[in-house]
Amino acid sequence: MVVVLNGKQVEEEDGLSLHDMLLKRGIEPERVVVELNYEIVERIKWKDTPVKNGDRLEVLKFVGGG
Amino acid sequence: MSDKLMIGGKELNSRLFLGTGKFPDNRLIPEVIKKSGAEVVTVALRRIDFDSEEENMLNYIPKECILMPNTSGARNADEAVRIARLARAAGCGNWIKIEVISDNKYLLPDNFETVKATEILAKEGFVVLPYMCPELMTAKRLRDAGAAAVMPLGAPIGTNKGLKTRELVKILVDEIKLPIIVDAGLGKPSEAAEAMEIGAAAVLVNTAIATAGDPVIMAEAFDLAVRAGRKAYISGVGAIKEYAEASSPLTGFLND
Repeated sequence: MVVVLNGKQVEEEDGLSLHDMLLKRGIEPERVVVELNYEIVERIKWKDTPVKNGDRLEVLKFVGGG
Repeated sequence: MSDKLMIGGKELNSRLFLGTGKFPDNRLIPEVIKKSGAEVVTVALRRIDFDSEEENMLNYIPKECILMPNTSGARNADEAVRIARLARAAGCGNWIKIEVISDNKYLLPDNFETVKATEILAKEGFVVLPYMCPELMTAKRLRDAGAAAVMPLGAPIGTNKGLKTRELVKILVDEIKLPIIVDAGLGKPSEAAEAMEIGAAAVLVNTAIATAGDPVIMAEAFDLAVRAGRKAYISGVGAIKEYAEASSPLTGFLND
C-alpha cells in the first residue's frame, strides 16, 4: 500500500498497525502526536489502528519555538 | 513579600517566560532555564523528519516547567485550533500560546483570527494565552472569550527593538484585568525591566537570550531585570517633573 506520511508518499506493507509503522521508523511514542486523515489518534489506540492504502498521516513532535 | 503570578490555576514565582527557538545548541537550554528562573517555557509543534536523526526538545526542558506550546505556522483560527488540539494530545498539559500569522514580513499577529481561536479553545478547556497586536478592543474581546492572559508584542518577533508599543501596552495594563505579558521584540534586559515597570505581569523572551553571546549569562540578566522592574512597579515609580527639584537641602550655610 501507499500512504502519505508527513507529506511524502511512502510504500508500506499491507496490514500494518499505526504502532508498528511508527516503531519501524524508530519513533519513541512518548510525546509524539499522530493525526490520521486529520483526526488525532490517541497513543493507546495506535496498536488497534490499522493503516490503510491512501491514508494521510501526520507525525509531529515538539521543537524549539518562542 | 509574596508576589506570585496566577495563570490558569498555577502559581508562578518567575515573571520571565522563555522561548526555546534559535539557540545555537539546545544543550544550553537546561542551564538557560535554570539561570533565567523561568517556569513557563514555549515550544512549537513540527512534523518529524524521518530522513534525519532529530533530537527531542522535551529532553532539555525540566519536568517541573509548564510547557506552553505555540500555534506557530497557523495562518487562521482553524489552523491554530488544529495545532492546539494536537499539542494537547501530545500530552504536555493544556496551556497554549495562540499565534496566528499570515504576514510574512513583519510577522504581525492577526487579531481577528486570534479572537476566534481563543473563543473555541477556551471553551475546550485550554489555558489560552493569545499573542496579539496591542489594541484595546481586541484585548477586551480576548478577555471576554476566556483568555487567561493577553500577550501584546513589544516589537515584531525577533527584532530586538524593544518596547516600541509602550503606550498601547500601558493602556492594556490599565484597562484589562488580566495578566498582560509582553511577548516579542524585547532585545535587552533594560527593555524587559521597562515593560515590568509599566505594569506588565510578565515578559516572554526568546531571541534576545538565544542569540546573545552567552545565552546563560543573558538569561540571568533578564531574570534580574524582570525582578527589578516588577519591584519598581509595585513600589510605585516617582512622578516626572518639568523642572529641577533639589534632592539635597538648598538652605545652606555658605551665604549665611
